[in-house]
Amino acid sequence: MQATRDFSHYVRHLGSGLAHIDLAVEGVSCAGCMSKIERGLSALPDVTLARVNLTDRRVALEWKEGALDPVSFIDRLAELGYKAYPFEPVRAEAVETAQASFLLRCLGVAAFAAMNIMMLSIPVWSGNVTDMIPEQRDFFHWLSALIALPAAAYSGQPFFRSAWAALRARRTNMDVPISIGIVLALAMSVMETIHHAEHAYFDAALMLLAFLLAGRYLDQSMRRKTRAVAGNLAALRGETATKFVGTDEISVVPIAAVHAGDIVLLRPGERASVDGVVIDGQSKIDQSLITGETMPAKAGPGTAVYAGTLNLSGALRVRVSAASEGTLLAEISRLLDNAVQARSRYVQLADRASRLYAPVVHAAALLTMLGWVAYGVTWHDAIVIAISVLIITCPCALGLAIPAVQTVVSGALFRTGVLLNSGDAIERLADVDRVVFDKTGTLTLPELDVTNDVDIPGDVFELAGRLALASHHPVAAAVARASGAKTPLAGIEEAAGQGVRGTIDGLEVRLGRPSFCGADQIANDILCRDPEASVVAFRHGETRYVFAVRQRLRPDAADAIATLFKTGIQVEILSGDREPAVRHAAGQLGIHEWRAGVTPADKIARIEELKRQGAKVLMVGDGMNDAPALAAAHVSMSPVSATHLSQATADLVFLGDRLAPVVGAIGFARKALRLMRQNLWLAAGYNALAVPLAIAGLATPLVAAAAMSGSSLLVILNALRAHRGAREFG
Amino acid sequence: MEVLVFLVPLALTLGALGLMGFLWSLKNGQYDDLEGAGWRAIADDEPAVEQPVYFRQEADAGRPPR
Repeated sequence: MQATRDFSHYVRHLGSGLAHIDLAVEGVSCAGCMSKIERGLSALPDVTLARVNLTDRRVALEWKEGALDPVSFIDRLAELGYKAYPFEPVRAEAVETAQASFLLRCLGVAAFAAMNIMMLSIPVWSGNVTDMIPEQRDFFHWLSALIALPAAAYSGQPFFRSAWAALRARRTNMDVPISIGIVLALAMSVMETIHHAEHAYFDAALMLLAFLLAGRYLDQSMRRKTRAVAGNLAALRGETATKFVGTDEISVVPIAAVHAGDIVLLRPGERASVDGVVIDGQSKIDQSLITGETMPAKAGPGTAVYAGTLNLSGALRVRVSAASEGTLLAEISRLLDNAVQARSRYVQLADRASRLYAPVVHAAALLTMLGWVAYGVTWHDAIVIAISVLIITCPCALGLAIPAVQTVVSGALFRTGVLLNSGDAIERLADVDRVVFDKTGTLTLPELDVTNDVDIPGDVFELAGRLALASHHPVAAAVARASGAKTPLAGIEEAAGQGVRGTIDGLEVRLGRPSFCGADQIANDILCRDPEASVVAFRHGETRYVFAVRQRLRPDAADAIATLFKTGIQVEILSGDREPAVRHAAGQLGIHEWRAGVTPADKIARIEELKRQGAKVLMVGDGMNDAPALAAAHVSMSPVSATHLSQATADLVFLGDRLAPVVGAIGFARKALRLMRQNLWLAAGYNALAVPLAIAGLATPLVAAAAMSGSSLLVILNALRAHRGAREFG
Repeated sequence: MEVLVFLVPLALTLGALGLMGFLWSLKNGQYDDLEGAGWRAIADDEPAVEQPVYFRQEADAGRPPR
């Protein structure tokens, strides 16, 4: 039964007979893929545009409306060897894109103004020591003002707005001293110009703005890039449902098009994407993603099904009770919200530094002014000196210190297979002294695997694999995957609830329940040794074999855990699975602290308990039931196979089957934190050198400009050293 | 010194042209995919690709975020 696919929900109509769709594409990584995809798609008739975005791993497509079905693009991409999925950018992402381009525009304006004012300042500086007449100097100053004032008014917006919002809420943030410094510098410069003075500070104010905007843009672009890729991952997992559009007609639709009261079909081997109640059919369902329990549960009419459960054996008709806001999901997201709020109290390094910074700088400027007045200079001169203190201490290097490291580190982590969801995650990850793992899907691989493959002859394995390709059952799918079989056998028929059978060279072959293949004895032996495994039997003539299938530990789990212990980090398991399964895994990994059968609320309780004991907890989990715990922990990670909710909650997402990225990221974060601290010290050191000069009244605009750019460059160069750290770890 | 009457406006005009060029390219989405753009420059046989109509509309409607 091949259902039609309906992606009309994702298509945007542009008017003038054109339609547009965005596709997230898996596996686009190089220029070769880019031109291959673009040429492949442009070759389709009526396609007016196919453009790959290599940064976001997406394809934008436009075609003449009505001429093509978006499904054909997906099929065409599949032919080219890429898995694609329609993609709808979420609102948050659109807002961030707009913000990034606004920041870039501000940066462009500030950089333009800074350069031109500098061009006008140099003649003034050199003219001051030679033969410039005051009228010429005034002309240059007025010209500078003409450029600086509108440019600062426009490009300073990100700082002014944020500072104003903070002040209105009776708080201060880093933007308050920045805004005060810039506004004072500009106001003072205008005053000086009116009074025909020798110096004006337009160049310093604009250069400061340009450097700060560069830092802010770096910070923003890092977060935007990871969010874009994470958004693709969510789309690629394909959250769709098979909906009944008529009594017997079905269609595959995106989740957004399913509403309460609809009836959906849940086929064997398919994961439910909605909450609902079974109205027809008998099956076993795997709720491990929700509860962590790996043993399948029986389902029949009246059984509640939750999004995330896997249907194992029979087709079910489900009446949808909730598509996106389900009872269980609502409960979990309520826990989640509370946990997220609790964590937002974490103060980032940069904020902690700026909290100290602002009062110190303002006090220094005020004392300088009073000091000079007491010494006997005029108020005017004292104010000029005080303002040069404010300008020279403006947190330019401080503003770049953290984002510069974050950007370099996020790029380096990205290349080693770890995506960063939030910039401050690096700081939190560096503190970790305890790691809490979920078991199912985290310590183990998300998919089932054959564990007794060494006992089975290669040719039998391959034949069983080809037979297994005909079945939807996840256990059979595991056999097919493990055997690497590609060509299904012809003429296979299915015996409902038993297995599949066919004929090859006149001999009957069967794959299915042990009783169906007459292999009960062998199956019982295997189940005695490993009660956690699921079995599937194979019979070819009189030859009988039984495959044991279970979730395997990630290949390097033992090494990764051992490394963690060696670095002095405590490890424990919190799993919703049953006791024997957890005990077995913990034993294999040498973890002494573990808890089985815990609910989402229990997980949070345990993490809160650890926090009260002063531990900094890294939670690693993938299930929906882990999401609240992920949010409650000091910092959290999810594998890429995790549910959407968990990935959105986790601070970091790691790719691939290995656990090494988890361990590596901790070490790398510690290195990055050291660099951030160094950068803050560099910025402080610069101030320690420059501030006395400014207080002494010796800071000419040239000294201020040189010191400021010098300190910013130093901070950026230091951040680039994080690349070396990445090479050692990768 | 009279030459300044020409030179200063000239310098500022050149600078402003550069800024306008930058803003134009930003609005045109040329900074959307820096990674891909680098590779496109050295691609041998690039299919004739125009800027998406959709992005153009988006850029025209673009306002600084609140």
